[in-house]
Amino acid sequence: MRQVLSSEAEQDGLVEISMGPQHPSTHGVFRMDVRLDGERVVRLKPVFGYLHRNHEKIAEAASYLAAIPYTDRLDYLCSMTNNWGYALAVEKLAGLNVPERAEYIRVIVAELTRLQNHAGMVGFLLQDMGASGTPLMYAFREREKVLDLFESLSGARMMCNYMRFGGVRVDCSAEWLTQTAMLVEGFKGFLGEFEQLLTENEILMARTQGVGVLPRELAINAGVTGPGLRASGINYDLRKVDAYGVYRRFDFRVPLGEHGDVYDRYMMRVLEMRESVKILEQALRDIPSGPFIDPKAKLRGLRPKAGEAYARIESPKGELGFYLISDGSPNPYRYRVRPPSLINLTVLEDMCLGQSIADVVVILGSIDIVMGEVDR
Amino acid sequence: MTLEEIKGRLETHIPGCQVSIVINGSPSAQHSLLIDRQHAPEIARFLRQDSELQLDFCSNVTAVDWPDHEKTEKIKTKKIVDGVEKEVEETRKTITPGYLEAVYHLFSVCKKEGPLIVRIHTPNRAEDVTLPSLTPVWRSAEFQEREAFDLFGIVFEGHPDLRRILMWEGFTDHPMRKDYVPPPEDDLESLAVR
Repeated sequence: MRQVLSSEAEQDGLVEISMGPQHPSTHGVFRMDVRLDGERVVRLKPVFGYLHRNHEKIAEAASYLAAIPYTDRLDYLCSMTNNWGYALAVEKLAGLNVPERAEYIRVIVAELTRLQNHAGMVGFLLQDMGASGTPLMYAFREREKVLDLFESLSGARMMCNYMRFGGVRVDCSAEWLTQTAMLVEGFKGFLGEFEQLLTENEILMARTQGVGVLPRELAINAGVTGPGLRASGINYDLRKVDAYGVYRRFDFRVPLGEHGDVYDRYMMRVLEMRESVKILEQALRDIPSGPFIDPKAKLRGLRPKAGEAYARIESPKGELGFYLISDGSPNPYRYRVRPPSLINLTVLEDMCLGQSIADVVVILGSIDIVMGEVDR
Repeated sequence: MTLEEIKGRLETHIPGCQVSIVINGSPSAQHSLLIDRQHAPEIARFLRQDSELQLDFCSNVTAVDWPDHEKTEKIKTKKIVDGVEKEVEETRKTITPGYLEAVYHLFSVCKKEGPLIVRIHTPNRAEDVTLPSLTPVWRSAEFQEREAFDLFGIVFEGHPDLRRILMWEGFTDHPMRKDYVPPPEDDLESLAVR
């Protein structure tokens, strides 16, 4: 943290602090210019762009297929869901179909991604509150098992580059499915243990209840999506609303919060992990045999007809959208990512005003951002 | 509600507004509405508040650059040269002026409907690049319009805090435009020690 001298703030007896870009609680290179009255926040302006590489321009210069590995690097904790969002947009643009088995594999890897993302997010949130080590290490122990599964499926732990237009890159073996089923079974035990440690923890409750409240109307108007929106009590989950893929076939609930504070946002993650476990059990039970990619789908040299498509999925962070315009050439004329991490930060200042500087760290942690996606 | 119905509803409720339907030729069949920039804030407020539509959630805001489009045609005409009729080929160039386009993807959270895609055009891409900001209607456009300003150079009038968001202060160009040329020091390949 660095104190900035600003004559205007000094006259009012306020202190200006530049939190970041190398602050350990900022989840990457992110900066907040905070103006403080004592310990209370009176103004907060986020500053972006430290990780900007113009992902969109790179993808517009590449072929449709060559953009997939770049999407891995958006939200680098959830490469599988990023792949899915992009593949879905191209499938809409080119009118491709996805075989049954591929849809099930997609659901399985996406829900595994959600498990490891939410577990990691809770771990980091507790780390930011000063519970250094234990919750994060518990979460990372489980995340490690998921990453091992991803590695044996796709060859890479984080940058999976796994999905293709009209399906997935390689089929999963029966052994992989058995291993996944074992992980899911074990994850239930982990969730019980994790909740016993945290949910009724006095320190967690004292630090998060009533902190960073996000009102319903503001949440919708500011485009907040994902667990942050549902913590404010709004029933909007794209797996139910759009029912993309085969989500319509699974029986699961959408957990909703009451108060919209940091504690509710924590609870959303825990409850969503339980629902993901349910989806995984059903998907692993029902997965059909058959082709894992549409044999007619063209990957190299794909030239969709001129037109445009917008596709969105429920990524662990919120609504991840891809907007593509084709002019009939082998690379997209316009390629746009709708980044949930960036748009969820719109309300950061609103949630932090009047809170103490120590709560800013907790509120930021409860939004769950990854800078690779914010800055693109 | 179909796009034709929405168009009709807008024309009856907002006198003088110009709305046209843009057909999308891809299999996604996501057609959109092109609206005029003078009435854009009024139309946006109507779309959000109308009880039939209730488009309360503006999900995606982005821009597209359409540079000047040059078309060359070869036209054969018959002319009389030296008393003999001959077929002469002429090439004609027609230039369609370019523009910048802002695209909004609107959804309804309470009705669980969407998307309604709304597009607004600037008159050209050099001198007159202003569009009305829709951030006062949907806060979610705040950072996304800043991004469109930063990378495409669309000036959103009425935006509460229109600054660069991803590029640094002092940067002058707009890198997402199709005719953007990066400075030579950005070409790392030519700078690499061989």
